[in-house]
Amino acid sequence: MLLIHLNNVSKTFQLKGQSVEAVKNVDLDIEKGEVFGVVGYSGAGKSTLVRLLNLLETPTTGTVKIADYEMLNLSNRALRAARQEISMIFQHFNLLWSRTVHDNIAFPLEVAGVAKSERNARVEELINLVGLKGREDSYPSQLSGGQKQRVGIARALANDPKVLLCDEATSALDPKTTSSILELLHDINQKLGLTIVLITHEMPVIQKICSRVAVMEDGNVVEQGNVLDVFKHPQQEITRTFVRQVTDPDDANQAIEEQLREEKGTVIRLTFVGGDAGKPVVSELIRACDVTVNILQGNIAQTQNGSYGSLFVSIEGDEKQLQDAIAFLQGHQVEAEVISDA
Amino acid sequence: MLENVDWENMLEATWETIYMSGVAILFTFFFGILLGLILFLSSKGQLWENKVTNSIVATFVNVFRSVPFIILIILLIPFTNWVMGTMLGPNAALPALVIGSSAFYARLVEIGLREVDKGVVEAARSMGANQRHIIFKVFLPESMPALVSGITVTAILLISYTAMAGVIGAGGLGDLAFRDGFQRNSTDVTIVATVIISVIVFIVQGIGDVLTRKIDKR
Ligand SMILES: Nc1ncnc2c1ncn2[C@@H]1O[C@H](COP(=O)(O)OP(=O)(O)O)[C@@H](O)[C@H]1O
Ligand SMILES: [Mg+2]
Repeated sequence: MLLIHLNNVSKTFQLKGQSVEAVKNVDLDIEKGEVFGVVGYSGAGKSTLVRLLNLLETPTTGTVKIADYEMLNLSNRALRAARQEISMIFQHFNLLWSRTVHDNIAFPLEVAGVAKSERNARVEELINLVGLKGREDSYPSQLSGGQKQRVGIARALANDPKVLLCDEATSALDPKTTSSILELLHDINQKLGLTIVLITHEMPVIQKICSRVAVMEDGNVVEQGNVLDVFKHPQQEITRTFVRQVTDPDDANQAIEEQLREEKGTVIRLTFVGGDAGKPVVSELIRACDVTVNILQGNIAQTQNGSYGSLFVSIEGDEKQLQDAIAFLQGHQVEAEVISDA
Repeated sequence: MLENVDWENMLEATWETIYMSGVAILFTFFFGILLGLILFLSSKGQLWENKVTNSIVATFVNVFRSVPFIILIILLIPFTNWVMGTMLGPNAALPALVIGSSAFYARLVEIGLREVDKGVVEAARSMGANQRHIIFKVFLPESMPALVSGITVTAILLISYTAMAGVIGAGGLGDLAFRDGFQRNSTDVTIVATVIISVIVFIVQGIGDVLTRKIDKR
């Protein structure tokens, strides 16, 4: 079932006579219950795009429909009510420092006019859900980044929203905390069936919890689709660069450079998708083509639609053997890309 | 030593000073925050963005902030007469005190409100907060340390203003120091009045500092 529908949405900012087209003619459909990712570099227009969903920014053109709400036709009062069902978490958490954890989480309930006793019961529930028991009376300044984002998440869930918008929600956190927050979001998505729209400049975040992804560049959505498909067959150069954030860790490049300096073999990146990731392709390759294979670096990334593995090898052999080897690999549903020739 | 000091007069003057400052502070807190809120919220990019309102309030604040208090108090004599129905005693000083210090405090309030994290306001909007929520649950509580330290500075300014209130016969320690101390050449009276005023200022500053520190959870 379709939950979010953007039709030809644009946003142009007027700034001192200059106009900035932050979002250009975007069409987007997001299904109920999915975790939808938007990836792009800084300035691509991602934040503007999410802010168009809850109308924190008004679109210059186009229409936004969320659930049954034709967002642009709502009165101010109806818009405020709708926003209680479309909550948001932020890169810098945006908690009220003057309120305790408990009172921060109670804020949206106060806004919604929930009675005090009910409010307290609900806050306690949420505190348990995000794993902050015992920290109710702390102030935000006494919490770590990860704990602050947990408060942000609890606060966002307070009024049982239909959609959770996440604007770089993990970008201010270290990798370990990022993982735990992503896990929490994933749990919430599974348990509550909450639709999540997640914005990031980090492809590993997309890989970990999104089922579909849109790539933004310069205000445009240049590519979108199932995460595994995008990993397998990136259409745009920018998408390839993002996919490499996951497949080519820094030490892979180091290993390859070293290999090149020693002038041995041809470095090839093998890409395995889904079930192939487990097959003994390399040993079969050595047997079938009689080449020497050095494994330089490998990793497997688990996406929500299946696993995606990459392996860097250097193959030593003559021209003919090399071509046979590549043909052999492709025959086994493995993609092989020559990175460099010695 | 202190042979010219009439302690009964001194005590009365002290009470007058405390009364004038105390009442004026209460009114200033209210009007200053009101003016500061209007000043801030009517400025560019804010909730009630409105150039006309903004320039009217800004002009009012700037004029009353820049007129020397001693002149303000004289200028306001007809107004005071109309509002208070009298030009006698400490009450006669109140309108000028409140107007002068509210204008001063309004600017401090505006600065404090401007410091409130835009992200937090945006978060409140994203949760469906209306203007009342944003003002009373976000802007005011989040700027409270600045509002309290601002009212402390304003209170000290007010105490020094009350010293000038003697011009219109409103009494207080400043008046006493001038008439009994300076004009009758009784330096001891001036010194005692000065010491008492300083003690009041220290106490006010101390209370303000403690309060600010207690509120500030950043
Ligand atoms: N309120 C605004 N006024 C003017 N320009 C803006 C505003 N918000 C964003 N922009 C511009 O829009 C473009 C996209 O910004 P943003 O959506 O924040 O990108 P991202 O979140 O992908 O980094 C940038 O060029 C930015 O300067
Ligand atoms: Mg952004």
